[in-house]
Amino acid sequence: MIKFFLMVNKQGQTRLSKYYEHVEINKRTVLETEVIKSCLSRSSEQCSFIEYKDFKLIYRQYAALFIVVGVNDTENEMAVYEFIHNFVEVLDEYFSRVIMFNLDKVHIILDEMLLNGCIVETNRARILAPLLILDKMSES
Amino acid sequence: MRSGDVLARMVVPSLKLQDLIEEIRGAKTQAQEREVIQKECAQIRASFRDGDPLQRHRQLAKLLYVHMLGYPAHFGQMECLKLIASPRFTDKRVGYLGAMLLLDERHDAHLLITNSIKNDLSQGIQPVQGLALCTLSTMGSAEMCRDLATEVEKLLLQPSPYVRKKAVLTAVHMIRKDPELSSVFLPPCAKLLHERHHGILLGTTTLITELCERNPAALRHFRKVVPQLVQILRTLVTTGYSTEHSICGVSDPFLQVQILRLLRILGRNHEESSEAMNDLLAQVATNTDTSRNAGNAVLLETVLTIMDIHSAAGLRVLAVNILGRFLLNNDKNIRYVALTSLLRLVQSDHNAVQRHRSTVVECLQETDASLSRRALELSLALVNSSNVRAMMQELQAFLESCPPDLRADCASGILLAAERFAPSKRWHIDTILHVLTTAGTHVRDDAVANLTQLIGEAQELHAYSVRRLYSALAEDISQQPLAQVAAWCIGEYGDLLLEGNCEEIEPFRVEEEEVLALLEKLLQSHLSLPATRGYAITALMKLSTRLRGDNNRIRQVVSIYGSCVDIELQQRAVEYNVLFQKYDHMRAAILEKMPLVDRSDSQVVEERKENKAGAQLLEAAAPVPTEPQAAKLLDLLDLLDDTPGHAQHLPPLAPSPGEALVHLLDLPCVPPPPAPIPSLRVFERDGVQLDLSFVRPLETPGLLLVTATTTNSSKEDATHFICQAAVPKSFQMQLQAPSGDTIPAQGGLPVTQLFRILNPNKATLRLKLRLTYNHFGQPVQEIFEVDNLPVETWQ
Repeated sequence: MIKFFLMVNKQGQTRLSKYYEHVEINKRTVLETEVIKSCLSRSSEQCSFIEYKDFKLIYRQYAALFIVVGVNDTENEMAVYEFIHNFVEVLDEYFSRVIMFNLDKVHIILDEMLLNGCIVETNRARILAPLLILDKMSES
Repeated sequence: MRSGDVLARMVVPSLKLQDLIEEIRGAKTQAQEREVIQKECAQIRASFRDGDPLQRHRQLAKLLYVHMLGYPAHFGQMECLKLIASPRFTDKRVGYLGAMLLLDERHDAHLLITNSIKNDLSQGIQPVQGLALCTLSTMGSAEMCRDLATEVEKLLLQPSPYVRKKAVLTAVHMIRKDPELSSVFLPPCAKLLHERHHGILLGTTTLITELCERNPAALRHFRKVVPQLVQILRTLVTTGYSTEHSICGVSDPFLQVQILRLLRILGRNHEESSEAMNDLLAQVATNTDTSRNAGNAVLLETVLTIMDIHSAAGLRVLAVNILGRFLLNNDKNIRYVALTSLLRLVQSDHNAVQRHRSTVVECLQETDASLSRRALELSLALVNSSNVRAMMQELQAFLESCPPDLRADCASGILLAAERFAPSKRWHIDTILHVLTTAGTHVRDDAVANLTQLIGEAQELHAYSVRRLYSALAEDISQQPLAQVAAWCIGEYGDLLLEGNCEEIEPFRVEEEEVLALLEKLLQSHLSLPATRGYAITALMKLSTRLRGDNNRIRQVVSIYGSCVDIELQQRAVEYNVLFQKYDHMRAAILEKMPLVDRSDSQVVEERKENKAGAQLLEAAAPVPTEPQAAKLLDLLDLLDDTPGHAQHLPPLAPSPGEALVHLLDLPCVPPPPAPIPSLRVFERDGVQLDLSFVRPLETPGLLLVTATTTNSSKEDATHFICQAAVPKSFQMQLQAPSGDTIPAQGGLPVTQLFRILNPNKATLRLKLRLTYNHFGQPVQEIFEVDNLPVETWQ
């Protein structure tokens, strides 16, 4: 089960965070800083899986953005790795420009793909369908 | 409040979310950022109180952003509720998101949204239902789930796939929160498997997996659907390119992985289901395209499934070979998962994994920390009696160059493996010596005890050991375990050191003065721990009987230390002084060579063959109260020789300074025994029972000794019994070898195994056990966590 999903930039600032298991708010910042530190300190030749306390961290870097997913032991790491890429492709298709100004839309997309830590939909068209309807509704 | 004020406040334009984000990012310092945010929060609060309801969702969106950065946002909770209740979709959207982020079961407010969710779920507008389900599945508490279970069940059968896929996963969450709801969600599953929509299938497989993991009855029920799952997977694998779902040529890898995982759970320990899957697994394993990551993910899951179920032997070999191929891949990720999987397999398919030993050992050289750690664990697991010399060489080379956090594990792993597979005593001693010189500070406390025990046992190697240790100590006195062992050996076998003959290594002359000088240096050095100094002074004392020269130098040292600040040293020195003066005639008898300590039994007191002279000494010795009990003799001997005692003092050495002193002073009254901790029956299956009993020795606060006793009251023996245990990372655990691996039937001799668990931080103890054995012709594997551990085990 996926425990949390983070998007962080290279300076260590959190751009998006979603927790599927409750973590106290002050512990969250600590967790995020530690996680980011361990990911940033890896070079590109090292593997993308890190062990951190009880979780496994799987991360991928896209230009200046890191996407880090924390899972528990039962998950197949490579499937999650693939999932991250899937997510980024969906974001790419929808957002032509910089993502961060439309944080709520990113949340919507993430909610379409992950529900309570489990993958629910991976097909790009189906994920974006409700969003496109929403856009049309708000335009009209 | 005057309306003028209200208007004045509202005139200040509120920032849009985008602008707020820009402003926050523009802040150069933490303080500036905080200022911006505080200003904005004040505005948001004001607007919540009396602002325009139409703008409320924007305000909440900003608040959520601020919350994500770590600032408190609890005042937004009631706003979430209001927004959820509003009829507009944009309001609901932000409201539900807020509920997910801000509310959770610990706040009482969360129950208030139950009603809104219920209304939204029955409304029939799909996006709204989707939102409600999403929020429910993230933060629904057990009561909410119970209230809303029927609604969700209805949604499972609706025609629209958009809602159904979400409803299924919400059901998963509900079952996690309240397992009794499984009965509600079990019946629809079989029907849902007939759907073609991948989202629903994915969700259903997850749901079935969750049901089976929680409930063995459900597991048996779902074995019926194995053929159907096999069919679905087969279709996925054999159909070619489908635009909807393929990723790099593999159709819907996520669904494939999920189905494989479910098959694994269903096929475990079940012959029939496993057979149904065999062909399919072989097909998936051979047909999947491995040039891209997606294919590898599927392949990995297939391998794991093959290893867990009753697969044909050929299939298992195929699986291990796939892992071997992964190991040679250039991609680090793949190598990492290969190492992890091989580690899981090494217990059950040892020989197959052995074939890849050389590749694993190469992985030790990796610069990547995750990889080298895995490689280390796997290498240690692969050591067996035939490859031990080669492996040890590699591992020792690794120890010299490895990063510091791995050193402790590597050192203890090497020592453990050496203990189990040492081809000869001399090799064993050499290995331990090497580890102590390279990584002495990282070695566990009882390594010293083990080494002294080992040397004591190997009579023919006394001369050799003492020479090696002397040279090592002469080079470097800073490694404490090494110093302690060396000091002990020099004290015991000093006469052999001075003799000068030893075939095994080049002879070198050692003068008495040199030996004494070295021990004195050790005694005086700032680097030595108190325990080490204790060893050194005792060794000096013993040498007074072994050396041929006169003892002036030794006497001098001993009398100087009679006024040492360290109480332990002072005590010893004073007593040795007394030995020199009043009891000189008994000195030789007391300082005789140590008898061999019997390692296995804790009741060593009776088995120790004390010197008669020693016993008489106690009777005659005036300053020591005359208690002719073997225990007191033991204490006195402890004072003189730091033996690796296994009697009442466990663990033997490092924290000993105050102890011996306490015992000597405490002689008349024995400390009350600790209240016994109740033992626990943790496992029972078909007549095989496992009980745990606990002892907390008083002298060592953090230590817990657990004895696992396995009995078998059934009619057939349980063979190849292996019990492994895991504890959280802050604990250290040592498993000793079990008394056997077959539990004879009908109440025969039980198999016992001792675990030593060190808990320095008094953290909560959690214990997970894994048992594998063969019973009634079937292999059994059980993994479970021991709950109901009595509190006295870790407090």
